[in-house]
Parts: sequence; structure tokens; C-alpha cells
Amino acid sequence: MLAMNYRGPKRVRVDKKPEPTILHPEDAIVRVTRSCICGSDLHLYNGLVPDTRVGSTFGHEFVGVVEEIGSDVTNVKVGDNVLVPFNIACGKCAFCKQGLFGNCHEANSQATAVGGIFGYSHTAGGYDGGQAEYVRVPYANVGPTVIPEGMDPDDAVLLTDVVPTGYQAAEMGGIQKGDTVVIFGAGPIGIMAAKCSWLFGAGRVIVIDHIEYRLEFAKNYAQCEVYNFKSMDDPVLFIKKETDWMGADVCIDAVGAEAAGDVMQTITGRKLLLQAGSATALHWAINGVKKGGIVSIVGVYGPTDNLVPIGNVVNKGITIRANQASVKRLLPKLIKHVQDGLIDPKALITHRVPLEEIADAYHIFSEKLDNCIKPVLIPPSANR
Amino acid sequence: MEHKIKDYTRIKGWGVDADPENDPTYPIKNRTNEEHKGYSWERPPQQVVNMEILKSVERPNVSAVFGTSMPPSGLSGKLRRFAYQWSENTYTRWLTLIFADRVNEYEGIVEDIKSGNIPNIFAEKGWKAEWRLKPERLAIKIGTTAAIVTALLTVMIRKSK
Repeated sequence: MLAMNYRGPKRVRVDKKPEPTILHPEDAIVRVTRSCICGSDLHLYNGLVPDTRVGSTFGHEFVGVVEEIGSDVTNVKVGDNVLVPFNIACGKCAFCKQGLFGNCHEANSQATAVGGIFGYSHTAGGYDGGQAEYVRVPYANVGPTVIPEGMDPDDAVLLTDVVPTGYQAAEMGGIQKGDTVVIFGAGPIGIMAAKCSWLFGAGRVIVIDHIEYRLEFAKNYAQCEVYNFKSMDDPVLFIKKETDWMGADVCIDAVGAEAAGDVMQTITGRKLLLQAGSATALHWAINGVKKGGIVSIVGVYGPTDNLVPIGNVVNKGITIRANQASVKRLLPKLIKHVQDGLIDPKALITHRVPLEEIADAYHIFSEKLDNCIKPVLIPPSANR
Repeated sequence: MEHKIKDYTRIKGWGVDADPENDPTYPIKNRTNEEHKGYSWERPPQQVVNMEILKSVERPNVSAVFGTSMPPSGLSGKLRRFAYQWSENTYTRWLTLIFADRVNEYEGIVEDIKSGNIPNIFAEKGWKAEWRLKPERLAIKIGTTAAIVTALLTVMIRKSK
């Protein structure tokens, strides 16, 4: 089969690899019909995540058709069209039982702090991902969900990560009616968090980024206020002025390790790798939220350390909430929101690229060329 | 660029999921006392361990399922084996793994060449797309890189004389 092959920072290609096989009674093999490149894939692409091995296949956002199932699989059958949450979760451990499907304890031997994630380095379990023609899906009784009749597969593929992560970012913000929510990052997750903030009753939603075309997209898609931090002297001071000098009720970091906007953070976090990515957005979130406010983090960072003003977390009495999205927990509600027309995920898709041209797709997405918001990869076997 | 909403309550879906009970400690508060006792759940069947899996020292066992992508090998594998002897709490583990990743990158190039494939770095970096979309930027990148390499080589040659 054809599959993405990581060769080192900023170097990927498509090669022939052996097709996956059933290795566990609860496995399924899925023929991928669509997969996405996620903003967090760029952390791998740029070499920021430890134990990202040459030869790995990335991709944790995909939908497809079940081709084969293990002897204990009863939840899906061969021929089902399924969307597959990016978390690999057993459904039985103490964490899964609490609804923390992003923190399963039976899916990753390599790091206890991280759940199992498709195609996201050995730090996340060493699984090959969905930027391929076929993928092995463990715990097929838990994760894979049959795509409802009539749902566009482009909507379905974004329900594997983008929509739940954006929604959970807003949910973790504990937004109350009338709250001012500031979201750092106008990528797909930030845009979706803005859209979902209204569902929780926000009174004001502000998105801050420095890419003009993305801000314009966010403004139109999420009906929010947008501001370019390049036009500000200081984003935190700007937030204070915009909120009667109090700060935002909720700040959401939807950027993570790739953040721009602060020279010191960029050099130490992204260039020299002296910290686990640049924590500029988180720094602004902590300093921009009001006293007693909530900072919600869905931006992805590496497992080492970051420079953040933790003293201000204490002094301001801030609550920090963060997690990988618990996709399985949120899916029933979010599928209904898509069906009811409250969320239109597929509108985020700007580029459709054959899997064979994956290097170009990564480069376009990474360098934000051609007004790219969300690229989708189509494997040659998608319409078989 | 600002776009203030005059009546946000008219946005489709506004407030449908509003939850005054949204407790910042959710869902940890839902745990039971039983779950404080470590591995209290009935574990799923164990995937057969027939390859080298580097396991965190912070857990007693291999997880019930695991990925089988790229087992450790070569010098980078040796470094990874060393790194996994340390807990997730240590710099030694993570910095060694990052170093192993860089070593692995060069191992990949050697592996490619050994198997008769010269890596097409231009294609792997996706520069074809940049050439199509932003040719002037690519030309500046290549020109700058060439100038720096030429300058370095010139300095090195002069010093060696």
C-alpha cells in the first residue's frame, strides 16, 4: 500500500509499505478514504516531538471503510463507513470509565503521560497513522463510529479531531452566558473553538493571530471579532483595554508549540529546542485572562518544559484546564450539532490533495501558502 | 479587521450548551474509591509482544495494545534504549530521545542510499509547491543558502591555507 513516510524534520514522502494486519482480537483494518493533516502534525513534521522515528506514518484524522475485523469486534462490521477518533482508547481502564478517552492507560507503553494516538510518534504509542491507504485500528469496539446515513464524509473526517477539540476547548473554558472569550490562534482548532464558544453562551468572542487570511476566514466562519497581533504593541495590554481593564473571562490557547509573536520564545522553543516549543500563546493567555478566570489549553506542546508565568497563575487565582479532546465522549452531541446545522465542519477544508503529493501538502500547510486552512488527503484507493 | 457582534443571542445555536454547573474539576470528581487502587479494571487481552517495545519505567507492564511502527535499531535505537531507562520526569530521557531522532534522520539517508535510492530532498521538502505558488520566495531561500555555504567554504579554505 501507499503510505506517508517521515524522513526527518520537514522531509516526508509517499512510499510502498506492507499493509497492516490484525494483531489483537479487538483490531480492525480500515481502508482510508480521507485523511487530514492536522496543525499538531506540524509539531512532528518540524521535529519537535521526541521519539518521532524515521519511517513512521503520521495521520490521526481519518475516515474509511472497515475491511477486516478481529475475532472480538462486535461494534462495527466489514463494509461499514466509519470515522475514527484520534485517541486510541480501551474503554475499560479507570480513565476511559471517567470519560477521559484521550488518557487511556492501555494504549501507550512508551509514556504514561500520553494516551495512544494514531500516527503521532512513539511518545504516543508508536502506531502508524491514517495518511496511508490502510490503517490498523485497535480497540475497534470503542473508537470507530459508523458515519450516520447522509453525513458528508468531509464533515465526518473533521469530527475525528477538529470539531471535538475546538468544542472541548470551549467546554473546558466553563463559559457562562455573556462571558468574553479570547482565543489565540486562527487555525482550524481556534476557528472551531470560536464557533463553539457561542454554543456555550459567550457574549463576546475574540480571535487573535497574525495571519491575515486566517483572521478573515475566522471572522466570516465563526462570526467573531478578529485582531492581528502584529498591529498591537502588546496583545495582553490590548485585551485589558478591550475588557474594561479586567482581562478576558476565558482565554483559550489553540496554538501550542509553533506559536509566533515573541522572539525569545521562538528562538528557545522552536529554533534551539531548549523548551518544548514556543509557549507564546499560553504566556499571553495566562497574562490576558482576568483574576479568577479560566485558561483552556488544547494547543499541543512537547513533553519537556516550557517557560510560562506560573507566578501569575497563583497570583491571579487562575484555573487551568487542558486535555487532548475526549472524542468518543463528545461525538453523539457533536454529530447532532452537525446534523442540526449548528456546525459546518467541511467549510474549513480548503485543499484536496492526492496522497501521492503529501510533501507538497505539508509544505503548503506548514508555510501557510495559498490561503490554506485545512488540507485533506485522498488516497488512490479511496473509491475502490 | 474587528467585527463586533451587536446581538450575539441571534447567532444560530447560541447558548444551547450553556451549563452553569460546568465544574472545572469535571470529570475527575466522578471517580470512585475503587479506582484509587491502581489497576482495578479488567484488562483487555494482551497483544502478543513479538518485537522490541520500549516501555516507560513509570508503568509495570506493556499496554494491552501497542504500535508496531519502526522498532528501535542502529545507533538511534541504542540511544532510545538508554533514554527509556529514565523516567518521564527527567531531561535525560527526553533530550536523549530528541538527539536520537536527529541521529535517526542521518541513518535514514544512509539507509536510502544503501538501498539504491538517492533521497530527493527537493521533493520531500515540498518545494515543488513553493516553486508553483511562491517562486520568488524559493529563489531567495536558495540564493541565501548558496551565499552562506559559499562564504563558509571560502573562510574554511582561507584558514586551511
